[in-house]
Order: sequence, then C-alpha cells, then structure tokens
Amino acid sequence: MMGRFFGGVHPDYNKDLSRGKPIETMPVPGRLVVYLSQNLGAPSKAVVKKGDAVLKGQVIAESGGFVSTPVHAPVSGVVAAIDTFPHPVGTDLPAIVIEPDGNDRWADGCDVERDVDALSSAEIRDLVHDGGLVGMGGATFPTHVKLSPPPEKPIDVLVLNGAECEPYLSADHRMMVEHAEEILDGAALFARVIEVGRVIVGIEKNKPDAIAAMRERAAGREGFEVAALDVVYPQGAEKQLIFAVTGRRVPAGGLPMDVGVLVQNVATCRAAREAVRFNRPLIERVLTVTGRAIAEPKNLLVRVGTPFEDIVAFCGGMSGETGKIISGGPMMGVSQYSLAAAVTKGTSGIVLLRRDEVAQFVSDACIRCGRCVEACPMRLDPSTLSILVERMRFDDAGETGVNDCMECGCCAYVCPSRRPLVQHFRRAKAELRAKARKAG
Amino acid sequence: MVSASPHVHDGRTVAGIMKLVVLALAPATLFSFYIFGLAAVRVVGVSILSAVVFEALFQRIAGRPVRIGDWSAVLTGLLLALNLPATAPWWLVVVGAFFAIVIAKQLYGGLGYNPFNPALVGRVVLLLSFPVQMTAGWVAPSRWGMDAVTTATPLTRLREALLETGSVEGFAMTRDQVLDLVIGNRAGCLGETSVILLLIGGVFLIAKKVISWHIPVAFIASVWIFAGIAHLADPSRFVDASFHVITGGLFIGALYMATDYVTSPLAKRGMLIFGAGCGIITMVIRLFGAYPEGVSFAILLMNAATPLIDRYTKPTVFGAVKRAAAS
Ligand code: SF4
Ligand code: SF4
Repeated sequence: MMGRFFGGVHPDYNKDLSRGKPIETMPVPGRLVVYLSQNLGAPSKAVVKKGDAVLKGQVIAESGGFVSTPVHAPVSGVVAAIDTFPHPVGTDLPAIVIEPDGNDRWADGCDVERDVDALSSAEIRDLVHDGGLVGMGGATFPTHVKLSPPPEKPIDVLVLNGAECEPYLSADHRMMVEHAEEILDGAALFARVIEVGRVIVGIEKNKPDAIAAMRERAAGREGFEVAALDVVYPQGAEKQLIFAVTGRRVPAGGLPMDVGVLVQNVATCRAAREAVRFNRPLIERVLTVTGRAIAEPKNLLVRVGTPFEDIVAFCGGMSGETGKIISGGPMMGVSQYSLAAAVTKGTSGIVLLRRDEVAQFVSDACIRCGRCVEACPMRLDPSTLSILVERMRFDDAGETGVNDCMECGCCAYVCPSRRPLVQHFRRAKAELRAKARKAG
Repeated sequence: MVSASPHVHDGRTVAGIMKLVVLALAPATLFSFYIFGLAAVRVVGVSILSAVVFEALFQRIAGRPVRIGDWSAVLTGLLLALNLPATAPWWLVVVGAFFAIVIAKQLYGGLGYNPFNPALVGRVVLLLSFPVQMTAGWVAPSRWGMDAVTTATPLTRLREALLETGSVEGFAMTRDQVLDLVIGNRAGCLGETSVILLLIGGVFLIAKKVISWHIPVAFIASVWIFAGIAHLADPSRFVDASFHVITGGLFIGALYMATDYVTSPLAKRGMLIFGAGCGIITMVIRLFGAYPEGVSFAILLMNAATPLIDRYTKPTVFGAVKRAAAS
C-alpha cells in the first residue's frame, strides 16, 4: 500500500545548517507589520484605526468571508499606521503597524485554560476560526474551512504533514522533536471535530529524531501512527503525501476530502491546541532562518508581523554577499526584493543564498529531453505545456492539465534548458482564471 | 536577485549533456582513428568544424543568439562524421554538415525545433545524392597506412551474395569473425565498426542518466527478433539474427542517433514504441529493401512519427484515471 509517488526530485537538502538548532524565542521587535492578508481567500478587514491601543490577542481585523480568518494583535501596543507594505508574496498589501508598549499584555479572556473535553465539534471549529488558524506549511488555507467538509464527503483519516520536504527548512522538524505532545493534542482536537479514528503522521526518513519523538508520544494514543516516508521532494505536497501514507489517489482536480482524507500541517496542529485549549490565537510561529548568506542559521519562534530585517539582524546579519532572499523554501518560496517584508502566518522560513549560489541563466528552447516529464509528480507533460503557453494557446494548456500543476518546481529544477516552466504554468492558470471570470 | 521559484537547480545544462554524449563517443572515435588512420581524423575534424561554423554563421545571419557554446553542433558534427566512410572527400563532409545544420536544424528554428535528427539528414542526403562516394570507398582497416584495399561492408557482401547466388550460405560466422565484428576490425563507417566501444559509451550514458535504456533496447531487440524469425523461416535466405545485430550502424544508431531527445518521444512508453518501430523498419529495409543498411532511414521515418507517438503516450495526470472511472 505504501507507494512512492510518481516523479519527484532529490535536491540538496542543506538541512544540516539549521536542523540541530533548538527553537529559540526571538524578542519582540520595535515595530510589527501585520498584513490584513494572512490567509488564502479573502483578506481580513481592519477593525482598529491609527492611534488605537491594542492588547495581545485582541482581534485587529475580522474575517473577510467564509474563506477568511480574523487577525489578532501579536503584542500589546499602539496602532502606528495602517498602510500598504511589501508583502512576502511580492506586492505591496495593506497592513496594520503596531508599536509595542513593552508590556506584552494579553487581552481579557486570552491565555486562559479551557476544559476541552466539554467542547462540542462545532465549538472547537468556531474556536479554530476565532483563533485565526490557517495552514502553516505555507499555503495558509483557513483551517476551519477544511474542518467543514460537506456531509457527502465523509472523512476517515487525518494525515499530519510532518514531511517538510523543502530543502533548508527545519522548523517543523524542530517542532516535532520539541513539541510532539502538543502537536498530537492539537491533532486529537481535529480528529474529534471531523470524527475520524485514524491519525497518521507522515515524516520524511531524514528526520529520525522527529520520527522517534512523535512515535513515542503517539504510542499511548489510540488510532495514532507515524509513517516514515521516502526522502523525495515534494513528499509534503498534499496529494503525494496522501498517496504515500494511505495509497489513495486524489482525483485530478479534486481535493483530499474526495478520498476521505484531511491533511493538516504539524505546526497548525500545535497552534490549534494553543487556540482551543488556552485561548491563545495564532500570533506567533516557528520558522527557519538559514542559508549560507546568514551568519547564524536558527530556528526561531517569532511574532507574526516581525520584519525580516529584524530577524536577519537577530541571526547575526548577513555573511558575505547575498544573492537571493527567499520567503519559504527554495523550491516554492518567493524571492524578495529586500528585507522589508514581515512574517505572516504562512512564513515557514527565510533562506538567504549567497551570490555564487544563484548564478543567473538564460533560458533556451526545449530540447525535449523528457526530464521534466519524469520529474513531475502530477504526471503532467511540462515540456508540451510550456510550448503551448509560449504560443499563447492557454485553452489547450488547460485541456492538457495545467490546472493540476501544483507549482512544485520539480520540472524547472531538472530542466537543462532552464526554461521558466513554473512561471509559464502560473501565467496559463491566471489566463484561464481570468477567462472563466469573464465567462461568468 | 528576484526570480521565480524554484530557486535551486540540479545543475545539469544542455552543454553538459552534449559533452557527456561526446565523451561517450570518444572511445569509438579514437578507435576509428586507430583503424582508419589519418583519413578518419580528417573526416571527424572537417565535420565538427564545418558543423560549428555553419551553426554560428546561420545564427549570426538570422539574428539569433549564437549558441555554439551549447555543444549541440559539435555533437552533430561528430555524429555525422561517424556515419561517413573514412574515404569521404572533404567537400562531401562539408555538404553533409551543411544539410545537417542549416537545412535540417536551423531552418526549422534551431535546437529543439527540428523534427529530424540533423546528422542523419546529412548522412541520408549524401547517401542519396552521392552514392558512389558514400559506398564505393569502404576501406578495410589499415592501421594508419593509407594503402588500404577497397572492400565491402559485411552487409553489402551479404546482399551481393544473396543477389548472386540466391542464398546466404557461407555466411555462418566463425567465432573469430564474430569477434572481429564486435571489436570493430572491419569495413564500415567510422563509428559503426566497434560494437563493444559503442556499447561501453552507451552504458555510460545510461548510467549517467543522459539517455534511458528504452529506445536502444527496444530497437536492438526488435532487430534481433525480426531477424531471428526470418532466419527460422528460411535459413537459406536469411542469416543468423546476431549477424544483423552486430553489423551495420545498428549500435551507433540505436544508442546515439535514435536517442536524440529532440526527435524522439518524451515518455518512456513512447520510447519503447519508437525503438521497436526503428528496429522493424530497419529489418524490412535490410531484408526486402533496396539498401543493404536500413538504420538511418528507419530512424528518420520514426522521427516523423514522433509527434503522433507523443500524443498517444502522454502520461496520465495523477488521479485522472480515477476521475474518469468515477464519472
Ligand atoms: S511545477 Fe507543475 S508541471 Fe512542474 S513538476 Fe510541479 S506539478 Fe509538474
Ligand atoms: S526538461 Fe526542459 S528541455 Fe527537457 S523536455 Fe522538459 S522543458 Fe524540455
């Protein structure tokens, strides 16, 4: 049953830089930039204005719709500005800037333990929403939405994503080593909401200490198991992960719930425990700061809204010439113009590559070597797709499956002609979306 | 620096791949120098040089970026040379390189856009236009001496025997003859002689993951099976299958020409079909056609079929089968 998925690549993992570093708590910076756009779906709506005093955990922006979450003040202080700032996704987006008052005081009702056993499913789901939970692996999909599957899609397995297959990153790894119990507590809450008896934690084999820690803590819990997975990128992609741990294939264009599975990232599980049990909304996260251009790679617990520049300074600054700053991992992360962006709920890491590691290449025509076809975990034909995009034949690209592309980058990673394959597919998807919108 | 993901790469480049293929061909090339002497050195030199010059000139004139640094023209030049006899006059080589690079490659848009293998186009154009220079001048191996006696390739001799006597008796090979053929101590094009060295290079390319085994194995196996069946059906007219496998340009064709990325299918299943098609056409030409050797024609014909094969051997999108079954 445990099948290895099709395709995938083996990039240099480079995890040694940071995986041995215990999670360190970074002090609150002098200014926090909290974006209204912290999740996939509708951005939240600000409910404070400039000059307002706020307390830690207080709602500063409300859900902008069902597929949206509230945003909370990560610290107590004063709203210094509401303006647009460079967002890690690469554009300027509105954010609430908070200047801490130094007290770091919780709002009323926050940080109070609750009797979780007394909660109903619906109450837990509401608390997950109210806590501002999103997928912390980078996708930032609102968690409460995932916890509300339609009744005709019964779910029988909860899969915890501990694969952390992106090179360089080690935040989830450290989290599993240091906070296994809390992760499983959170997972148990999710399992209760969707009423599943089986919880499988998928962890790549290159994290033996995490596997051991999670196995030890899972042993006493009924229905929990830990699966050691092959080390191949993108093992942490939902569909590939589900296939690896359950042997089920999510249909093309479908969702995990189509095969009775719910996937949650391990960090999200821990955040759920914090939110539901202690009424501490999602205002901080663990991320990895690494790469050969940072003086001291670290795994850090930081407040949401912490500017990248403060983080880099806390890690001893840059060493040598930095060629590229990436928010997220090097396979799917977004390269940054500067260190002006700040941490969001989805920031899993900041990777700083040295100049000599990021030589620029000219892309060339496809030589039809087929390496991309072999690498694509979605079994697409990136070669043909990219040629269709070049010829602006977006409809044909759609028929050839471009919408099934998860932008994992495996194809571009192996392409000897250095074709900008992922950009091509993003563009095609955007064109198809625009067209669908126009068609109504 | 800002660019789109992914931000890392496995480091393989087009030039790197081409260089590995050139390296894989080095033993067979050096061996051709050894058995055919300076004549072979000259053919290889002229071919590579003219291929590179035509490529650069054309790209220059067409206003395209000059990309001779990708080594693809070097490889085409080398492959063309290895598909010519050592006696080929220099102008023949230049004409072949012109057809390969300018007509078969650049006029179609350059690397990646050419439907046919450029080196093979060069060779076949020469074969059809200058049959005398291309086939009358086979020299027996001569070890650096140029007093070589003109002789026929094994396949030509086979064909002549068949035409004269209507039978292939006398073509049962002794161990020594087989050994000569495998090692390459025989007449033929520069690069088709030494089966063993070509094979070593091919295994190297498979190990380095430059090519996959699918096309060569399907190609050689189908030649072997086809020839074997023919031999079983009528041993007096059709020789032993292994003769067909180790003679002619089968190994260079199957390992280095048919596996050309640009002109062969993308998917593994397509590669098997492509290889088998090459093998079958080769044997049809060899046994029933007008030429003693069919490898080049077979590959070119299958090149033409590549888009069709691609269309029918596309990988199925992950999960798509299930959806089709459910709906
Ligand atoms: S980016 Fe898209 S096309 Fe490329 S390998 Fe990943 S899923 Fe396949
Ligand atoms: S890897 Fe690049 S060059 Fe090779 S087939 Fe795919 S797109 Fe073409």
